[in-house]
Amino acid sequence: MFDLDGYGPLLMQGAKLTIYVGVCAMVIAIGLGLIGVLCKFSRSATVRFLINTYTTVVRGVPELVLILLVYYGVPTLIQDLSAALGHPVYVSLDPFISGTATIGFIYGAFSTEVFRGAYLAVPAGQLEAARACGMSGALTFRRITLPQMMRHALPGLGNVWMVLIKATALISVIQLPELMRSADIAARNTRKPFTFFFAASLIYLAITIISNILQQWAEKRAARGVRRA
Amino acid sequence: MDIIIESLPRLLSGSLITIQITALSVLIGFCMAIPLAVLRVSPKKILSLPVYAFTFYFRGTPLLVQIFLIYYGSGQFMEILHAAGLWSLFQSAWFCAVLALTLNTAAYSTEIFRGGIQGVPAGEIEAARACGMSGIRLYRRIIIPRAIRIAWPAYTNEVIFLLQASSLVSIITVMDITGVAREIAARSFAFYEIYIFAAVLYIIIVYGVLWAFRRIEHRLNAYLRVGSA
Repeated sequence: MFDLDGYGPLLMQGAKLTIYVGVCAMVIAIGLGLIGVLCKFSRSATVRFLINTYTTVVRGVPELVLILLVYYGVPTLIQDLSAALGHPVYVSLDPFISGTATIGFIYGAFSTEVFRGAYLAVPAGQLEAARACGMSGALTFRRITLPQMMRHALPGLGNVWMVLIKATALISVIQLPELMRSADIAARNTRKPFTFFFAASLIYLAITIISNILQQWAEKRAARGVRRA
Repeated sequence: MDIIIESLPRLLSGSLITIQITALSVLIGFCMAIPLAVLRVSPKKILSLPVYAFTFYFRGTPLLVQIFLIYYGSGQFMEILHAAGLWSLFQSAWFCAVLALTLNTAAYSTEIFRGGIQGVPAGEIEAARACGMSGIRLYRRIIIPRAIRIAWPAYTNEVIFLLQASSLVSIITVMDITGVAREIAARSFAFYEIYIFAAVLYIIIVYGVLWAFRRIEHRLNAYLRVGSA
């Protein structure tokens, strides 16, 4: 059934790479988000300025422009700089690494905002109680803030994931053979563009549906400790 | 820097294309989304289900797939489109870009306005009913104006997303900001200069639109402020 003129397996391989890219980018985004939220509440005004610049700029620029900027711009920037310093080096970036890093970097800004809301949702009394029990700042963050923050952050992170997995389609522009690129190759070779792009869209739809189910399960699980009226 | 000054006129005309395509899609999408949102909340399944299917598909798949489906996918139906006299439309990248962006934003906006309609306080609807309004008049006078106000902040975000997403039309050769930047970069190898400048242009437009939409929100909610003439 899923043969598609023999290009079914290619599409499935592409889908696997799409999920792999998505998961890697999401890990980067969550990591950056956690660092970002600590910076947002930092005592240093410089750190707060830097993190606000990061979230403002990244949320104002299209993903495609950033992907092109990183993939084509960064190597040429390094080459120009090294040439100016008298030690010219040749650099080229791997589409997987630069694509994943760019998507992770972009959605790190979005998850910073998600974590910021979640951080504010943790009652201040609990932090005071933790301090009264003698916990240090880092210990309070790890034991009290982080676990509760995660519960509040889950719906927002779920949304970030949904947007992120669709944004990975843009990496096809820099020739990474993920789902979109595989569909493109198949469409060109068979001259059946509608069939293959529609098949690809159904695979994305399936990923969305499965993610939705997982998200509901995770939110339920994270709310185990919450008393219901 | 010379390359930026040299290509400034072309980048500015690209900006106009970006604004034109986005404005057109937002306008048509808005006009589609309001009636669709009304159908979406209908208790009759035969009215609400098709709309739900439409929003589910367009929100669950990447915009890039939708653009490719319309622009390249239409080629598979060349004879039918030719017979219907629509083929010349689908040959135009500009038309396909606007069509894809319109359908995409219509789907997202429908769900946003559905939330708005469902957020209208029950008391206001009861009051309108008590005044003898029902059906279309109730929607036109009470529910829709209120729903738009409730949904406006979320709708602002959607417009910003669409503005950034419009950069994808460059992939099907439309000469918007990204399209112009890609062409200049490919010929001059000034990758980072051009892409950074394109990013700056987007940031200016994004925050300009954000400002305009905040002004509209301010105007829409003018009746809520007391004595601040």
